[in-house]
Amino acid sequence: MAFRNYILVCGGTACESSKADAIYEALMAECNAQGVSEEVQIVKTGCFGFCEQGPIVKILPEDSFYVQVKPEDAQELIAEHVVKGREVKRLLYSKDPVKRHAKVEDIKFYQKQYRIVLRNCGFIDPENIEEYIAREGYAALEKVLFSMSKEDVIEELKTAGLRGRGGAGFPTWMKWNFTKQAASEEKFIVCNADEGDPGAYMDRSTLEGDPHSVLEAMTIAGHTVGAQKGLIYIRAEYPLAIHRLEIAMKQAREYGLLGTDILGSGFDFDIEIRLGAGAFVCGEETALLASIEGRRGMPVPRPPFPAVKGLWGKPTVINNVETWANIPVIIIKGGDWFSQIGTQDSHGTKVFALTGKIRNSGLVEVPMGTTLREIIYDIGGGIAHDKAFKAVQTGGPSGGVITKDYLDTPIDFGSLSKLGSMMGSGGMIVMDEDDCIVDVVKFYLNFSVDESCGKCSPCRIGGRSLANLLEKITKGNGEMADIDRMREIGEAMKKASLCALGQTAPNPILSTLHYFRDEYLAHIIDKKCPAGKCKSLITYSINPEKCIGCTACARKCPVGAISGERRAVHKIDPAACIKCGVCFEVCKFGAVDVR
Amino acid sequence: MSRIKEEKGFSDELIAFITEWKSKPGNLIMILHRVQQEFGYISRDSADTVALMLDIPLASIYGVLSFYHFFKLTKPGEHNIQVCLGTACYLKGGEGLVDEIKNLLGLELGGVTADGKYSLEGVRCVGCCGLAPVMTVSGEVFGKVTKDQLPGIISKFN
Ligand SMILES: Cc1cc2nc3c(=O)[nH]c(=O)nc-3n(C[C@H](O)[C@H](O)[C@H](O)COP(=O)(O)O)c2cc1C
Ligand code: SF4
Ligand code: SF4
Ligand code: FES
Repeated sequence: MAFRNYILVCGGTACESSKADAIYEALMAECNAQGVSEEVQIVKTGCFGFCEQGPIVKILPEDSFYVQVKPEDAQELIAEHVVKGREVKRLLYSKDPVKRHAKVEDIKFYQKQYRIVLRNCGFIDPENIEEYIAREGYAALEKVLFSMSKEDVIEELKTAGLRGRGGAGFPTWMKWNFTKQAASEEKFIVCNADEGDPGAYMDRSTLEGDPHSVLEAMTIAGHTVGAQKGLIYIRAEYPLAIHRLEIAMKQAREYGLLGTDILGSGFDFDIEIRLGAGAFVCGEETALLASIEGRRGMPVPRPPFPAVKGLWGKPTVINNVETWANIPVIIIKGGDWFSQIGTQDSHGTKVFALTGKIRNSGLVEVPMGTTLREIIYDIGGGIAHDKAFKAVQTGGPSGGVITKDYLDTPIDFGSLSKLGSMMGSGGMIVMDEDDCIVDVVKFYLNFSVDESCGKCSPCRIGGRSLANLLEKITKGNGEMADIDRMREIGEAMKKASLCALGQTAPNPILSTLHYFRDEYLAHIIDKKCPAGKCKSLITYSINPEKCIGCTACARKCPVGAISGERRAVHKIDPAACIKCGVCFEVCKFGAVDVR
Repeated sequence: MSRIKEEKGFSDELIAFITEWKSKPGNLIMILHRVQQEFGYISRDSADTVALMLDIPLASIYGVLSFYHFFKLTKPGEHNIQVCLGTACYLKGGEGLVDEIKNLLGLELGGVTADGKYSLEGVRCVGCCGLAPVMTVSGEVFGKVTKDQLPGIISKFN
């Protein structure tokens, strides 16, 4: 039976936290109360990507896009939109309050996006396999089982030119081919869902919004290379994604799409979940395999590559979540189609988690070759609060920064590494004038030091020395010689570390020493932090011209460092001040200066 | 097995889980997750029991426990407060939230309040970066948190 309206409620983690669950319940209750529950279907989907505006509710067939919806709005949405057929204007998304945009295609955030990986996120109920099937789900598996040879599958991936989305960009067909050709009774298929980059959530949203696409792709790989067992290694920090994967696996088994004799083809394949336990290095493939084996996750030198000698010494295909999600579409639409999208160097699309000081944070999927300017300004809506753009960081703790001079670079694997950064898994963090480059780099270095597994000394000792030098500089004790020292240590780590964690950990420093040398010099020579972030290098004072003596700062100062009578100019005692910044935040008259 | 239930407080489900996984290769991390799920942390006593049940040395359990950040060796508060210190949250003031909670509850990172009610920890990216800065209390996620919302959020769990 067709319904009059379909109501899609975003049920991704970000929106769950903005109380999407309560909205779903409220909408259900209202439909019952207003007697339209027979005519309306309400579906909890995965992430729409537009997290800044969440929770999002979309009503079909009108395609009305409601943002920042609250449970209290349910009554009006049902009464007006569903019962009377009138859109609830105040909840529609718009940057322009006079001319409200109703339709998804009118929203700039989506216009430059191209969704392959996220094709189903926000459109289907991820807990219902039928909805996946209705959108060509498992058609690729059927095609692979019954009308393609194993060689055809590899050939299709080769034509597509799909490269791994987990960071390294290795051609997927080659990996599969190595494993296919390896002689072994037992082989494994592994999905890397460890997503360790702090500030990235592409894989999480894909698994929460469209878990079957990954299961289908892993099964296709199993058939192609001759493996019967798949494992998904996923962060324990992602409970909702784990829950949805479990539901999806159960349903796939019930439908004969997983387990023994899949679709009557005689092919057996099953998948099991293994939990990570909060170690970034376990995203590295050899460390990940060690962790699945139940050991400490320490990388081992390659070769041998996992494709030949992987889990328990058996040939193992290991791919990233996003890589997997591309595969069913490639099988259905063909490698030729896929290879037309993107650039010469990198085909297809890339999903980015656009965060930081950006107006529209969220998940965006764009064709390779889209420029940073398009992503940040057209899709992201520019810098929040109209501040000045400073830099964008890609590649997480292993990446580098890109400055405004390079915003027009079309991004793909090659162009980003040429700029001294990298694609990484897809974190894209925008910084504005208030962010201190040296401080952010220190943040990344401390992260890498914490996460070093300690097996090899260039990473263990080099990383610590770099972090110490940065600490010294942000404390105001830096010397000019430290710059050369950091460069030397960084170059040595790049060459001598055992795994990519140590090899790439100095990237944030090396790239910023290149692009933001002046900011390092300000810290070292002038003992100033231009952005006002590094506590040892700033002082708080009250401008007597602006202070009206409202006493707000003095009441809030946690250490009583501010003195002054009501309606008289206040004063900060620099010896007592702990530079917490509270006075700066609370002063309504802009009378507190940071220098 | 009944001794393990009575003396160590392992539930029937936990014992069944361990028995099921006992013969699977690479089971240790999955079992430790399950133990932590039951007790909120992994005590010396629990680790001992797991060593006994799997017939492996205690040292190899601690080798794994100390490598992975996710495992807790001390008992958290009744309500565990996690403040995200991932990159997106760091840029948007996650550290300021930590400082404010420290003030409000008289806690350090990794500490538990005297009444055992709250504990505070810094975590890395809970995957809601679009809502930075993010914190969770007893698993409930709060996004775009400001310092003045903190007393309200915390008292919700009193
Ligand atoms: C320190 C480190 C962390 C990594 N973290 C991840 C990760 O979180 N997710 C991921 O898919 N790949 C990660 N990788 C890349 C994997 O080693 C591997 O290249 C990838 O899983 C291969 O899949 P792909 O070819 O589909 O990209 C990491 C690599 C290193 C060196
Ligand atoms: S580079 Fe770092 S993380 Fe990698 S093996 Fe060496 S110590 Fe471990
Ligand atoms: S920065 Fe903090 S400690 Fe210093 S005067 Fe202002 S409120 Fe007081
Ligand atoms: S960085 Fe805080 S949720 Fe991702």
